[in-house]
Amino acid sequence: MLRSLKWRIIFYGAATLFAVLLFLPTLTSELPPWFFRVIPTEKIHLGLDLQGGMHLILEVEAEKAVESYVERIKNNLRDDLRDKGIPVGKLEREKGNQILLEVSGDKEKWEKILSQRYTIFQELSSTSLEKGIWRVSLVLDSRQAEQIKKGAIDQALETIRNRIDQFGVSEPEITLQGVDRILIQLPGIRDPQRAISLIGRTALLEFKLVDEEGNPEEALKGNLPEGDIILYQRYVDPKTGGTKKIPYLLKEKTLMTGEVLKDARIALDSQFHEPYVALEFDDIGAKLFEQVTGANVKKRLAIILDDNVYSAPVIQERIAGGRAQITGRFDTKEASDLAIVLRAGALPAPVKIIEQRSVGPSLGQDSIHKGILSTLISAILVVLFMIFYYRVAGIVADIALLLNVVFVLGTLAIFRATLTLPGIAGLVLSIGMAVDANILIHERIKEELRWGKTIRAAIEQGYHRAFITIIDSNLTTLIAAIFLYQFGTGPVRGFAVTLSIGILANIFTAVYITRWVFDFLTLKLKVKRLSI
Amino acid sequence: MELIRPGTRFDFIGKKKFTLWISVAAILLSLGSIFFHSGLRYGVDFAGGILIQIRFSKVTEISEVRSALESIGVKDSMVQNFGGESEFLIRLEKASGDLEEVSKKIQSSLQERFKDKTLEIRRVEVVGPKVGKDLKRKALWAVGLSFLSILIYVAWRFKQVSYGLGGIVALVHDILITFGVISIADLEYSLSLMAVILTIIGFSINDTIVIFDRVRENIKKMRKENLETVFNISINETLGRTILTSGTVMIVVLILFFFGGPVIHDFALTLIVGLISGTYSTVYIASPVVLFWSKQVTSKRKH
Repeated sequence: MLRSLKWRIIFYGAATLFAVLLFLPTLTSELPPWFFRVIPTEKIHLGLDLQGGMHLILEVEAEKAVESYVERIKNNLRDDLRDKGIPVGKLEREKGNQILLEVSGDKEKWEKILSQRYTIFQELSSTSLEKGIWRVSLVLDSRQAEQIKKGAIDQALETIRNRIDQFGVSEPEITLQGVDRILIQLPGIRDPQRAISLIGRTALLEFKLVDEEGNPEEALKGNLPEGDIILYQRYVDPKTGGTKKIPYLLKEKTLMTGEVLKDARIALDSQFHEPYVALEFDDIGAKLFEQVTGANVKKRLAIILDDNVYSAPVIQERIAGGRAQITGRFDTKEASDLAIVLRAGALPAPVKIIEQRSVGPSLGQDSIHKGILSTLISAILVVLFMIFYYRVAGIVADIALLLNVVFVLGTLAIFRATLTLPGIAGLVLSIGMAVDANILIHERIKEELRWGKTIRAAIEQGYHRAFITIIDSNLTTLIAAIFLYQFGTGPVRGFAVTLSIGILANIFTAVYITRWVFDFLTLKLKVKRLSI
Repeated sequence: MELIRPGTRFDFIGKKKFTLWISVAAILLSLGSIFFHSGLRYGVDFAGGILIQIRFSKVTEISEVRSALESIGVKDSMVQNFGGESEFLIRLEKASGDLEEVSKKIQSSLQERFKDKTLEIRRVEVVGPKVGKDLKRKALWAVGLSFLSILIYVAWRFKQVSYGLGGIVALVHDILITFGVISIADLEYSLSLMAVILTIIGFSINDTIVIFDRVRENIKKMRKENLETVFNISINETLGRTILTSGTVMIVVLILFFFGGPVIHDFALTLIVGLISGTYSTVYIASPVVLFWSKQVTSKRKH
């Protein structure tokens, strides 16, 4: 028995020491580098509600990626058919994943093009109208559509990761949630609005020609020339502060997109000291840009970002070398954010913010202070009460309480779990249960003593009996906590994690470690009267 | 020290008819209040909407904030004082439209309007309606499944369904009453109050198990006594522990209530009610349910 007493204290002591070491980094930052090679741990991560920061959930509108894919195919199809000399009438996208086409001429010829080059589309119907005109309805293969959606979501995740990396946030968390949602946690961010506009922006860069023959005013009245669209240039009037909109009549066809960008940097205009974004194309992009500019000298080329015209300079000459710039009335912040999103690439589909929570750093501080204050006061009161009521046995119980907190914090540190406000609630509940466990044991020992048992027998029986109760009540709660974790979300999970760890630590500290102390007192020190 | 003298025999179970009516009345009152308010007042977390917490460096009247909001066309918002004198909570329950845009507009125009008072935006929550619904659904599943698992575990450990059932009925009782108080005090049901409900579930079942456990032990010792007496003796024997445990926890919660700040205030208040109900329900709900069930089963067997 004595031998086992020694081994038990060695084991308990080692476990306690290990737990203390695990959360040592949380207490002090001045630890030697070798420490971290031995102890695989870091500071305990505080949740955004405690340290401040932003929590975002985005929904990727993957349907839009399918739409723009179908849109591109539609434009290709028109070129293809015209190249083969097949007259094309109406050509429209319908319902997101369908194309409605009216063709005339040699039926075999266009059927051949459709069946050979557009295999990912299925023919829904084809009806003969009149004068050899056929109306064909095509639908995108559903498996293909699913793949486009999935690709869009993956790419959106990747792009957002890139943007946040370049923006420079320490320890961001960016994960896929469910099918089409992206969860983003940005601790310690100071300017949530700026981060949102950086993350949420589609950043689709397009180059389109201005329709020099058409008239924007006429087009606005409803006489939109075929194959044209109207987009606006928006800028804030420095005098009135209002936003102005200038309409541009543009050719619908996109000549180039941001896909061929190699780099985008903020630069300063040497004349006016205004910031602009300098673009550099990759090899394909450079060639394409050279072709486009060469073929359209003296025409205006509109630079469009997310359907906003930024500028539409006149092409003076063929531009080789693959460089261009986006000017606008930027301030430095805007220009550098724009450069970041262009470098990181466009989102394949727009995203919608469905949840945003941001906590300023001062509020998090307040919560921590108040949390620590009230926890300390209550801890002191509970500790004093236990000593007052149970004397020496109370001190034993208090040691168990302290160790319980140490073990929970150590476990949080090693599993890199996050401590949140609901998490603290879970911790408080588990401390309450730890107090309860000790009360159960002590009351039971007292009862056994009253029934005339010897000290040893009373301790033996007291622990044995109370243990059943403690196991049952703790396990019931643990089972509930596990289900809460499994099926709960964010805050519920934080609660479940600390509660589960707390319960496990509780059985160890409140039952085994205190038992050792009692055994030590009675067996080794031969205490004859229990102060309980 | 002895809080409860050994051999104390309060007749807890004998008062069950009286206490049953208390519980029924409390539950009816709770349901009535929830019904009268047409449901709980869900916070932004569950209902969807916008919540912005702001603090000015100088004393500011609540009316100034209100008029600033009205001037930008945000009409259906609620502004309330929160904590300090110059700290406010702006709430906008709006389940549709581009919430993010509205939130941005409110923030920038307030910044603009109160330039001289250095406004600090301390907290922003924008929750789309879909998210809130998801959260509600998942929380219900989580609670439902944990109840089921408690029922199964307790029934298995005590070898009788009645014990599991007693525990669950007590839990439902506690939750209903806590929701009732949330509704009567017109608190906003948010995520932190949900954490309270979870905590109450934990405490309530813990308390119930402790007494059931003693009953299980005593049944073996007191074969001649009827079940009702065994329950009564067991409750009395564990009374000291019940008072000590609930007492210490109550100390903690009371301190949270008084020192925890405005965020914790509702949290602590709800917890106090839940704790009282949780302790009460073990004696007056969980035990009678077991007794009732056992009586039904045994009387049926006799026939």
